[in-house]
Amino acid sequence: MAATVKVVRPIRTWRDEIYLVEVLRGLYVTLRHLFVNVLFRRETTTIQYPEQKAKYPDRFRGLHRLMMRDDGRVRCVACMMCSTACPARCIHIEPAETEDANVEKFPAIFQINELLCVDCGLCVEACPCDAIRMDTGIHPAPVLHRKDALMGKVDLLSRAARSIAVQGGDGPDWRKHN
Amino acid sequence: MTVLFAVTAALVKVIFVLGFVVGLVVPLLTWLERRQSAMMQDRIGPNRADILLFGRRFRAWGLLHPIADAIKMLRKEDFVPAGAHKGLFTIAPVFAMAAPIIVFAVIPFGPTLCWGALWDVAPDPSSCASPTRLQIAHLDAGLLFVFAISSLSVYGYTLAGWASYNKWALLGGLRAAAQMISYEVTMGLAIVGALLVYGTLEPFAMVEAQRDGLMQWGVFRQPLGFILFFVAALAETKRAPFDMPEGESEIIGYFVEYGGMRFGMFMAGEFIEVVGAAAMITTVFLGGPFLPLGIDAALLQSLPHWAYVMAGVAVWGMKVMLLCMLQLAVRWTLPRFRYDQLMKLGWKGLLPASLLNLTATAVFSAWR
Repeated sequence: MAATVKVVRPIRTWRDEIYLVEVLRGLYVTLRHLFVNVLFRRETTTIQYPEQKAKYPDRFRGLHRLMMRDDGRVRCVACMMCSTACPARCIHIEPAETEDANVEKFPAIFQINELLCVDCGLCVEACPCDAIRMDTGIHPAPVLHRKDALMGKVDLLSRAARSIAVQGGDGPDWRKHN
Repeated sequence: MTVLFAVTAALVKVIFVLGFVVGLVVPLLTWLERRQSAMMQDRIGPNRADILLFGRRFRAWGLLHPIADAIKMLRKEDFVPAGAHKGLFTIAPVFAMAAPIIVFAVIPFGPTLCWGALWDVAPDPSSCASPTRLQIAHLDAGLLFVFAISSLSVYGYTLAGWASYNKWALLGGLRAAAQMISYEVTMGLAIVGALLVYGTLEPFAMVEAQRDGLMQWGVFRQPLGFILFFVAALAETKRAPFDMPEGESEIIGYFVEYGGMRFGMFMAGEFIEVVGAAAMITTVFLGGPFLPLGIDAALLQSLPHWAYVMAGVAVWGMKVMLLCMLQLAVRWTLPRFRYDQLMKLGWKGLLPASLLNLTATAVFSAWR
């Protein structure tokens, strides 16, 4: 069975064929924009970048940060939940033991590669002790070398704050409060 | 009139026309091309280049961008691709830029200047000691000269395509040659109608013939010829909707191997062609440096001669500038023709129309 091709041709009148009328209509549109923009107001939506900046949406996450305990130590217990949850595998943690009997482990090395990070926030969801957050709203800065995009514990803790969440030990029993 | 005076006058006219076209209008057009298109598309356009004067930075609405562009192009590497024909590769942009400049030699850019009667009101031209036409070369075959020279620029494009040692550039050059030849026929035939009406080939005489009134203008005596000539002139400048030879964004054009100021010369040549087309239309169809509706006569009777001549030059400049802006507007309004559409429009549309216009004009002229 032979295939049939349905040829669709636009219907053109003689007015379209001589182009002139349609060209003049097109010129009317573009020149109207020209005169309106020059004489009355700018209809542009251009953002003059270095002077003006685009407003980020409210739920923009921004760079990661690590949170602190009340005594200033890092809250993270190196449980590896975040690096396991991370779909981009951008979190590298090397745990070490602590002297504190209540805290088993802490991260000796905590690195996030911002070039790999897809800003999904799953690490924050996975964290059981409110140690990692993505709420700074800071846009990742451009870097000259790839290694500069590797954020260590110092960088992550530089944006740190004390969390009010209670962590570990004999915390208040949530069943009692309900 | 001594030889020295004639040589000096010719030099001053050459410098004025070169300065006006290459030094003023072309840089202005490179700015206007971006700024006007931005305004037509609700954008802002170039506004970043600034200059440090008296400790402050001035941006001047982006007017400094042509200067920045020129500096950028001059400082780029002077590059000739391996395998290219060095001599032809070098001379191609010269053809592309020189030919459109030479066309301005016969364009009248002002009324006749009467030395020695600069302060008189409306001096009698016949009593003038040394009348100077504001036109570089007074050629009786002026318009033929225009066509002869402007056809030369196509050598620049084909040579650029051939000498680049690049298949795509060669194809671009071929497209340029085919397009230029197709539309030059229409252009010439559209002008012949005007020649029949004016009865002369000399641009200054044409301008003088349009001096009497608005209905003497070429646009109204040759409306179809005007439209045909305008379209053909747009095609000759190789800009959208006829920018097949370059097609800078998608299909590759004849100057793909050119960079720096070599490319800049092609660009400048293109803009000079835009100004040249505007000047030709002003001369043949829009009354040259004279204003219609009796304004010209009123100016002649009220202003001292030097001011009247200056006003004429200014009017000519305004007309050329407005026509350039119209060409830019067309360029940013219409998309590119397909190649077969281009050829169809040229050979099946414009050529028969121009022949019809010529026949009708000839019959009408003979009948009158």
